[in-house]
Amino acid sequence: MINYIIRRILYAIPILIGVNLLTFALFFVVNTPDNMARIHLGVKHVTPEAIAKWKHERGYDKPLMWNSAAQGAKQASDTIFFEKSVAMFAFDFGRSDEGRDIAHDIKTRMWPSLAIALPVFMVGLAVNITFAMLMAFFRATYIDLSGVVLCVAMMSISGLFYIIGGQFLVSKLLHLTPISGFDAGSNALKFIILPVVIGVVGGIGSGARWYRTIFLEEASRDYVRTARAKGLSELSVLFGHVLKNAMIPILTGAVVVIPLLFMGSLISESFFGIPGLGSYTIDAINAQDFAIVRAMVFLGSVLYIVGLILTDISYTLVDPRIRLE
Amino acid sequence: MSGPLLVVENLKVRLDAGKTQVRAVDGVSFSIDPHETFALLGESGCGKSMTALSLMRLLPEAGRIEAGRVLLDGQDLLGLPEIAMRSVRGKRIAMIFQEPMTSLNPVMTIGRQIAETLHRHTGLRGEAAQARVLELLDAVGIPDARARYHDYPFQFSGGMKQRVMIAIALACEPDLLIADEPTTALDVTIQAQVLELLRRLQRERGMAVMLISHDLGVVAEMAQRVAVMYAGEIVEMAGREEFFANPQHPYTRKLFASLPGAARRGQQLEIIRGSVPPLDREFSGCRFASRCDFAWQKCSDEIPAWSEVAPGHGVRCHLAVTPASTQGVSQQDSEGLVGAALAAIAATDRGQGRSYTRDSLLEVSDLKVYFPIHKGLFKRVAGHVRAVDGVSLAIHSGRTLALVGESGCGKTTVGKSILQLIRPTAGSVRFAGDELTRLKGAELGARRADFQIVFQDPYSSLDPRMRVADIIEEGMVALGAAASPGDRQNSMDSLLQQVGLSPDSKFRYPHEFSGGQRQRIAIARALAVKPQLIVCDEPTSALDVSVQAQILNLLKGLQNELGLAYLFITHNLAVVEYFAHEVAVMYLGRIVERGTVEEVMQAPRHPYTRALLSAVPVVDAAAHREIIRLAGDLPSPANPPSGCHFHPRCPQAMAACRLSYPAAIDFSATHNTSCYLYMEK
Amino acid sequence: MMLFKPVLLWTDMLLWLLLAGVAFYVWRVRQREHLLQPWRRLLRSRSGVASAVVLLAFVAVGVLDSLHFRLPLEKQGNGAETHYSPEVLSVFDLTVGPLRKQVEKTYSSPFAAQLYTKETIELPGGKQVRDYPRLKFGGAHLREPARELAGDVAVTALQGSVYAFVLCGGLTVVLAIWLGRRRGISPGAAWTMVLQGRDEIPWRTLLATIGLLVLFVCLATAFSAKYHIFGTDKVGQDVFYLALKSIRTGLMIGTLTTLVMLPFALLLGIMAGYFRGWVDDVIQYAYTTLSSIPGVLLIAAAVLILQVYMDSNQELFDTVAARADIRLLFLCVILGITSWTGLCRLLRGETLKIREMEFIQAATAFGVGHFRIIARHILPNVMHIVLISIVLDFSALVLAEAVLSYVGVGVDPAMQSWGNMINGARLEMAREPMVWWSLLAAFVFMFVLVLSANLFSDRVRDAFDPRVR
Repeated sequence: MINYIIRRILYAIPILIGVNLLTFALFFVVNTPDNMARIHLGVKHVTPEAIAKWKHERGYDKPLMWNSAAQGAKQASDTIFFEKSVAMFAFDFGRSDEGRDIAHDIKTRMWPSLAIALPVFMVGLAVNITFAMLMAFFRATYIDLSGVVLCVAMMSISGLFYIIGGQFLVSKLLHLTPISGFDAGSNALKFIILPVVIGVVGGIGSGARWYRTIFLEEASRDYVRTARAKGLSELSVLFGHVLKNAMIPILTGAVVVIPLLFMGSLISESFFGIPGLGSYTIDAINAQDFAIVRAMVFLGSVLYIVGLILTDISYTLVDPRIRLE
Repeated sequence: MSGPLLVVENLKVRLDAGKTQVRAVDGVSFSIDPHETFALLGESGCGKSMTALSLMRLLPEAGRIEAGRVLLDGQDLLGLPEIAMRSVRGKRIAMIFQEPMTSLNPVMTIGRQIAETLHRHTGLRGEAAQARVLELLDAVGIPDARARYHDYPFQFSGGMKQRVMIAIALACEPDLLIADEPTTALDVTIQAQVLELLRRLQRERGMAVMLISHDLGVVAEMAQRVAVMYAGEIVEMAGREEFFANPQHPYTRKLFASLPGAARRGQQLEIIRGSVPPLDREFSGCRFASRCDFAWQKCSDEIPAWSEVAPGHGVRCHLAVTPASTQGVSQQDSEGLVGAALAAIAATDRGQGRSYTRDSLLEVSDLKVYFPIHKGLFKRVAGHVRAVDGVSLAIHSGRTLALVGESGCGKTTVGKSILQLIRPTAGSVRFAGDELTRLKGAELGARRADFQIVFQDPYSSLDPRMRVADIIEEGMVALGAAASPGDRQNSMDSLLQQVGLSPDSKFRYPHEFSGGQRQRIAIARALAVKPQLIVCDEPTSALDVSVQAQILNLLKGLQNELGLAYLFITHNLAVVEYFAHEVAVMYLGRIVERGTVEEVMQAPRHPYTRALLSAVPVVDAAAHREIIRLAGDLPSPANPPSGCHFHPRCPQAMAACRLSYPAAIDFSATHNTSCYLYMEK
Repeated sequence: MMLFKPVLLWTDMLLWLLLAGVAFYVWRVRQREHLLQPWRRLLRSRSGVASAVVLLAFVAVGVLDSLHFRLPLEKQGNGAETHYSPEVLSVFDLTVGPLRKQVEKTYSSPFAAQLYTKETIELPGGKQVRDYPRLKFGGAHLREPARELAGDVAVTALQGSVYAFVLCGGLTVVLAIWLGRRRGISPGAAWTMVLQGRDEIPWRTLLATIGLLVLFVCLATAFSAKYHIFGTDKVGQDVFYLALKSIRTGLMIGTLTTLVMLPFALLLGIMAGYFRGWVDDVIQYAYTTLSSIPGVLLIAAAVLILQVYMDSNQELFDTVAARADIRLLFLCVILGITSWTGLCRLLRGETLKIREMEFIQAATAFGVGHFRIIARHILPNVMHIVLISIVLDFSALVLAEAVLSYVGVGVDPAMQSWGNMINGARLEMAREPMVWWSLLAAFVFMFVLVLSANLFSDRVRDAFDPRVR
């Protein structure tokens, strides 16, 4: 087990290097630091001195990948790529192009994100499983059929519609919750409810339908027939046998996203004005702040890899057949 | 309590298959007495499992019971509400299934799975339930029950899982145990163990058993009464002795006649022509009429009624009620014809025997195939699975060498590594003087025309997306077997005829053929490149007995005609006795005994060979045999036991057996074995 | 001089390539019974045919909208070179002629005859009043809209319905005659067979869907000559026209993305599964790396880069359409890059399974080469997975377009798309009373397309997944 985790972490290193190389290539090869400076300082009337100053302040005044002017190992290390990447690996995200401390922003902004994403995740999982179980219990009846039709219809609706429609209905017409905004402490609750409800409702369609397929697949297996042959009721078959086996694919599919919950949701955060990492990223994209986007890409990859490792570990917890070697 | 325990009257089951309705069970009636073993015998798709499942009312969702009554102690189960039916399942009727691998919940400990039944029907919980479970585990012969209570199914072997299934079934002391092909998925030595267990439990507990099987041997050993099903109906029912001594229905007789065995060596096996009619329509005559040698007009015009030919012996056949003269005449006719054909074949067989030379076509010596096991932080190679560990054998032109062993002994790997489909780790494979292990690329490709393979599963061995013509042509093109496309078409036509298919079947796709026909296509594909040796990897074990006979006849005919050599890999000893010239018995990657078929089958020397032979259920009720019981399961080839690999299971193991592997000892020029029992001689 | 100058945009070219590919596939399928069978199964399901009809209607609009050209400008003197208008039009624009040209001043609600906002109007007498001015086109034929509007709408609706009824009647007759010929029975008998639903193809569902579609088209045609049925947007463009033009964008994103990623996913997935060893390691590394980057961020980053590049190289694009088109293509490419990993992983797994099948070993035993084994055995046996995942991905991609456009990294703002419509309308949400029609039009069109795509993909999966059978 320990061996396995160590190996996975070792595997993660080349992947993260790859991620870094890729983002680096994306950001700097097409788009030179000079271009960036010009964009940030305003395209017109920029003096070369101002550009040089901008680049120097942010460490962009070095060669990209290979410093032929330097000596020995410095040829590789005294470059933009090396300096920015190594800093990344130490989770030192540096400053944004606007001069803000990215690490500090992330630390303060991940809590609002989590306040939305975590309830959406947990409640959503519970709701989806419940609906899927209901459909599986009434399989091949009109209840099941109408459930599936409803799911397909719900998953065909754009996520934006849920948000806009929800805001319109709940906040504008019924005045139940504020349309958007956020507050600290327990005051945050009234701002959280609507995004959470909308997040859960928007996910029911695809989630419940997928889980239903898993339940039905499990319900057609031989051991279920054995359980029925024991004289168990349909409910104890479903809860005692099917659910436990179906939880293997469901849980392991869900575990991957747990670390990514920190990143928040891009869309709903910006719609609801929640100062989380999702809206942070969107703002950075709109402001063309490469430093922040790069930091978020790296953070997302790290969290995804953590999620993969957690998935493997969770396999061993729910499935006795699997031993990590 | 007198009278039958279970009475089934006119049971009809329909299966929805899209637009059509399949009459899977069509008017089946029988009864089972208390303490009796009743066997339902039939080939795949005849409706025997559906019958069993409808007794429990556990049909798959597409199925539904259309008519009939199922009386358990006079109470109609089909009329019970579902809630009441649940107290019947597991309590009064229990069931075990064919696939022990998938029939247990993989994420629940076996202890809990057994206790669940107890809890459901007796309310037993906690300590008391656990004590009872341990008792049950002991009773079904699971060693060290207390330690294994908390184990999961994957930690048990197939035979052990079936024992757990039996323990679940027995938990509430049911009146009737339905066993649906309980040993079909198991090896023959394990099968013997499980059958023995079932017999003992029935004796001790006095329950009735309904055994469902396709295996005449298993039925002969287990049943008191036998019913034969064909196409959704029971066609014959009788007590065991009567049934095996005097079968009446033409279908039953054909089943007996199509069994391979030593007694039929040199003869052709009887086959049942045609195939089972589709069951989605109403029948106006006998269902077997189109395949029956004795059918006359009446058989297709009138549905035969059930008639008693002797007390307790009923048959659904017009022959049973009409004078025996008609019967005799037609039978003589057919025997005359078949007899002549057999004589001809026997003659060619002898002819082949004479022309057989001492030079062997294929010579394998000290073949080893190891698969690495990766372990640790950097997945270093920590050990090897020794799938094949020093096998030597030789095959002559026109002869058949049977490689016999249980699943996991490495016999298939031997076949594939001879063909270089798996590259051997060490050893030599000489084919007609060429060392195949050293050939590479084009050189090896050029030789591939000489040796071909026929696989076990006729469904996965043909590409479902290719037409038969493309399938057969592939090898011809790759190996340049025929010069022009025209030549290829011609030789394809004659090949298809040779294997008993019409030439226009080449434009069809594999899914349009039955299992037996697919196997014929696979044989035609192998023959297309004119090989000298064909490795037959269990070519008949996925097929029904009557179809197996067709394929064996075909292979035998081709050998006589073309002088082919076969490496026949199988676990079926009856087929070996019928088909092979020489036999090699494999155990855990090594050959433990080899010789001519007479030597090995009639005078087996190695204790494993003896146990294997004794474990095969035999149809002949008169033949008394003593089963040599083997303890435990096949050990892992990753970690074989020290010394003789067989010693932990050997009833005659000695101190020396633990220390080192015994050398081969010759009994004759052809017969040898590796066993310490014969060391001093 | 030419009547028009054809314009072949990059995405048009790829679309035609795709259609050629589809045609080739159809030709191949028609020759092979086993390939035809799943499609037959698909045609026998009711939701299958209904969704297929709706999808085909969308595709027809999209294809018509992909035949681009530029009209010549007025000639300036003899002998001078003909200049073409910088505006790129499509055949679709011509067919819906009035919709494109009837531009109002600003917002107006559906079926309105007046603008949505009050303006100072100069009366003939020189007096000025603040009132809702009349629209230039919407309901312009009415003298007193307040009184006549309802009646006129009813009459027009009736007209449209009559057209639709006649068209449907004609269609049914044609069907009955054709089906009768095909099945060798009289048209009357064929009609009763259709009516009673006894044929294997669900004609009733098919006819009902087509009927609804025809009705919609007839009503829309009848109305849009006189009214803006979905109102107008901020600059007075007809919202119905915008929604129709967005179909092409949605379809392009849904299909070209797949076209872009398919070669990678197929080649790499099969190679990884077939050759295993270090090839597998490298390919697995590549797709794990790519899939570990959050998709939206990768897309955002890539589109930002493109934006910067295009801003600094504006001279490369001669028309606005060409510029928007490049951005659309690039979006497809980058969406493809982020989404090939899923299919690649699936194909790798399936290939690993297939390569152990005995028919592959049989081919190896004949000495058939790796390339031939892949082409003849593995590729045909994974095609059903490819097809299922193409259809499944389609609806997700259409939905993704809207979200990306909202984030600001979607298609070019100058391009009509549902995402841009939603994004534009969102800013008017706070307005009292609300401007809701753009939002609604975009959501309804998207919903219909995605719903039919989802239903269709369900049926495709049922028909093609070997496990379902």
